Amino acid sequence: MKFSNPARPDAQIGLARARPQARALVQGRGTFASDITVPRMVHAAFLRSPYAHATITAIDLAQARTMPGVVAVLDGAAMADLCTPWVGVLTHLKGLKSAPQHPLAVGRVRWQGEPVAMVLANTRAQAEDAAEHIMVSYDPLPPVVDAAAALAPGAPIIHPELGDNLAFERHIDTGNTDAAFAAADHIIEADFTFGRHTGVTLEARAVVADWNEGEQRLTVHQGTQVPHMMQTIYALHLGLDESQVRVICPDVGGSFGIKIHVYPDEMAAVAASRLLRRPVRFAADRLESFVSDIHARDHTVHARLAVMNDGTITGFDIDDLTGIGPYSAYPRTSAVEANQVINLIGGPYRFAHYRARTRVAFQNKAMMSQYRAVGHPIATSVTEGLLDRAAQRLGIDPVTIRRRNLIPDDAYPCTSPSGMRFEALSHHACLDRLLTLMDYDGLRAEQASLRERGIMRGIGIASFIEITNPGAAFYGVGGARISAQDGATIRLDATGRLIVQASVTEQGQGTTTILAQIAAEAMGVAFEHIRVMLGDTDITPYGGGTWASRAAGIGGEATWQAARALRDQILTLAASILQETPTNLDISGGAVIDHASRAERITLAELARIAYFRPDTLPKGIQAELIATRHYVPREYPFAFTNGIQAAWLELDTETGFITLLKHWVVEDCGTIINPLLVDEQIRGGVVQGIGAALFEQCDYDSEGQMLNASMADYLVPMAGEMPDIIIGHVTTPTAESTIGAKGAGEAGTAAAAAAVANAVNDALSPRGITIDTIPLTPARILAALATYADGVGRG
Amino acid sequence: MKAAAFDYIRPETLGAAITLLSKHGPDAKLIAGGQSLLPALNLRLSAPGLLIDIGRLAELRDITLADRTLHIGAGCTHAHVMNHPIVQRHAPLIARALTEVAHPAIRARGTFGGSLANADPAAELPACALALDAVMHAQGPEGPRRIPAAHFFTSLFETALAPDEVLTGVDIPIQGDTQWGFAELARRTGDYAMVGLAAVARPGTIRLGWFSVGQTAILAHRAAAILTEGGPLEAACTALADDLPAHDDPQASAAMRLHLARVLLRRVVGAWGER
Repeated sequence: MKFSNPARPDAQIGLARARPQARALVQGRGTFASDITVPRMVHAAFLRSPYAHATITAIDLAQARTMPGVVAVLDGAAMADLCTPWVGVLTHLKGLKSAPQHPLAVGRVRWQGEPVAMVLANTRAQAEDAAEHIMVSYDPLPPVVDAAAALAPGAPIIHPELGDNLAFERHIDTGNTDAAFAAADHIIEADFTFGRHTGVTLEARAVVADWNEGEQRLTVHQGTQVPHMMQTIYALHLGLDESQVRVICPDVGGSFGIKIHVYPDEMAAVAASRLLRRPVRFAADRLESFVSDIHARDHTVHARLAVMNDGTITGFDIDDLTGIGPYSAYPRTSAVEANQVINLIGGPYRFAHYRARTRVAFQNKAMMSQYRAVGHPIATSVTEGLLDRAAQRLGIDPVTIRRRNLIPDDAYPCTSPSGMRFEALSHHACLDRLLTLMDYDGLRAEQASLRERGIMRGIGIASFIEITNPGAAFYGVGGARISAQDGATIRLDATGRLIVQASVTEQGQGTTTILAQIAAEAMGVAFEHIRVMLGDTDITPYGGGTWASRAAGIGGEATWQAARALRDQILTLAASILQETPTNLDISGGAVIDHASRAERITLAELARIAYFRPDTLPKGIQAELIATRHYVPREYPFAFTNGIQAAWLELDTETGFITLLKHWVVEDCGTIINPLLVDEQIRGGVVQGIGAALFEQCDYDSEGQMLNASMADYLVPMAGEMPDIIIGHVTTPTAESTIGAKGAGEAGTAAAAAAVANAVNDALSPRGITIDTIPLTPARILAALATYADGVGRG
Repeated sequence: MKAAAFDYIRPETLGAAITLLSKHGPDAKLIAGGQSLLPALNLRLSAPGLLIDIGRLAELRDITLADRTLHIGAGCTHAHVMNHPIVQRHAPLIARALTEVAHPAIRARGTFGGSLANADPAAELPACALALDAVMHAQGPEGPRRIPAAHFFTSLFETALAPDEVLTGVDIPIQGDTQWGFAELARRTGDYAMVGLAAVARPGTIRLGWFSVGQTAILAHRAAAILTEGGPLEAACTALADDLPAHDDPQASAAMRLHLARVLLRRVVGAWGER
């Protein structure tokens, strides 16, 4: 199926449509979980641990229970009968261990912000008032904050029953790495450090849980990416049958992977609804979001690259270490980011020898797990940072070394040393496009002439690969009940319009819009005649939801297949009404037409009228079936890899250490582009989050495990004022696995933006012979590296 | 988070506000724009029993020019002050500094007097008031009094206002400033600065008002004296080590902050011409 001809009939795929749903959102008519009010609803507030590590010696709830408006006050002991604990391990991550995690801490707290007790009251303010009167006695324990220290002999053990603080370790050893390094002309070596940061969704996490004692049914309204996964979780841990649980996902204000995990406070709120037989709302506020949402990154990587005099790279040797907080997250675990780091390093390049180790340590900080572009920014920054250092050592241009080593565009299919299988990528085409788009040679000339005037500008380039469209390889094979397939149902209504129900979800990125485009083209009807319903386990087909850049490629294909099936059913019905052969008919412009002449034969509205209201006029034995369902999961490849390249152009103020971003370019290949407007906005948003990691964002912890900047005033999210123009180009290599050929696009921007910015900063610093290996690149770090002022040390 | 419960009164006159303030004492707090107070309430860093809203008192919202003195009412919003032609013409330093105060939505509500009375050491306006040698107008049960800016900012979030006094406005002497300059270093547009400078040169005197350098906005007297006497800029930069308190925070060590202050001084005063 070709979508490249814009003149094809009923073309929708490839149109830059704005999201119709945005109208309601900007008018304030969206419905988010925290907008939902149910009669008799109570509000939850949590008392959270002020200590990173402590034994709870006593909890006194009596005074809080007497406060105005209070309905119940619960602690870990009270939760024991309501909700079973969970353990975040999967069998395919061999050796991964974790400890049972409870909705409210039992006996011991293991991070600052861990929920200890909960108040349910008539208003949130009353619940907060009462929470101030819960008396908890703690006996502080030595906190284990640094990941390396957590693994050192004699470190306090966070879960004594696990024996040590090592959650997971994995090795890759392919080829003959020692020989490759022995034979190398040059060995490039660096220690990279990545700050810990978090997702900061515009809408904080929220649930409204409603246990109906009469129906014996639980309804949870939740801002989530994964309604069916949460249905399973609630049933399993509350002792219900899955059929007793309905999860409804209303509008969601951003997720980025934050809303894909099981959180103890949300589980406590849902369990409390069953206990109280009343609806319970929990909406996290911004302060508790910072210490309870999933954090990410926080890796240190010792990296070596073997390279020959002609610029050919021959091997990587990697040692990665990360700290994930005190538990592995449930049910997706906290080992996936580390796993991805060592799977993806070197990914765009041809080389044979690869050795890598990753270690994942428990520590007394907020939990870490999957966040947008899981592992990719670290793998990309390490790979691209090493390549730039190699180019500098060899005295060749960064473009030259990439051109020499990028996997040739005609070399596919192929497999990377870490075992990643690539169907078809376009690194060289993307590089060529990027150089044209940014006028690379002109920019280098401008840089050189400005440098003569003392103006320090830098250019940074970063190639990347991105995992999208995952099948069961991510979670299902490890025993998680997380659907790898997704489904779509489409039906013709009585006025000839169509309703799509699909299992992928919308968090503001435009899933609804692209599914409507796909269905409209597949059916041959107007975009406006498609209504899409998502996010309700009672009404949509079963599926995995939206994560890992899979909604368009998997949910979109299911929608295409369902619409084509319904189209065939409609043509069969039309043929019987028109006494025509179905193959002589087609659908276009909302009507059944003659295939050859394109003349209208019967509108879908008229067909629906006959089918629904005058079935008596149909030929004998004909029963109209105007609904179809199809499911889809890619089977040939575990992931549909995409690729691309980014470039950053920036100016460094060597007196202040401040960086001004001047421009950013992205050329990426996500296969068939369903909606170029939405793809570009996904990429821009992703780039901004990557820039956040490069320059601004960091969860700043002290040696006691206290997060020091847990507010929007102190945690610097990237904002519009500091962002450069982001120029985007595309190369299109559709996946042959599906009809529509779409791969994912949600994480490409985040995958390489930090690497491009860091390389550009180091390029700007290159006349001084300095490189910096740590992000975020704060003014303090830059001034310290430049030794600009007397003592040379700035913190931060 | 939600604020603890409080009572709220919006008096019709300044006199009524002062009476309420006297009656309720430390349990009452004045609110005007609320751009600092409301977050503090929601964070439960502050839990007054009564809020007295002076945000709609018309008598606090004048901007006038008379006898070589510019008067700015305490109740004027930042946006109003910033865009006022008299301010732009006679106190361009203030108009310039206000462009760096937070974001347009906050400038539309936050008030000139509120920022000064809040005495945040990282705020721009207290340093401007020091550099411009402004005079604060306070009014309490005993009547009005005037407090020079140099005596107004006493410590972290503390001013010379008595608990029952209201800041009603600010006088700025218009003395034909020969030079002025403003610069700050903030990580993001609208953030509190890591360090900032409001500088004014008048016949016979130069004033350097600094913010984000310690417990209060402060004047750098030694550096200013060197510049006033026509001394070299580098000597003034050296003197900043004695003028500015050593102040570490997570974004910058004291040494880095002193370095950045010197960078700002060179940039601002350097732009005034050869020294």
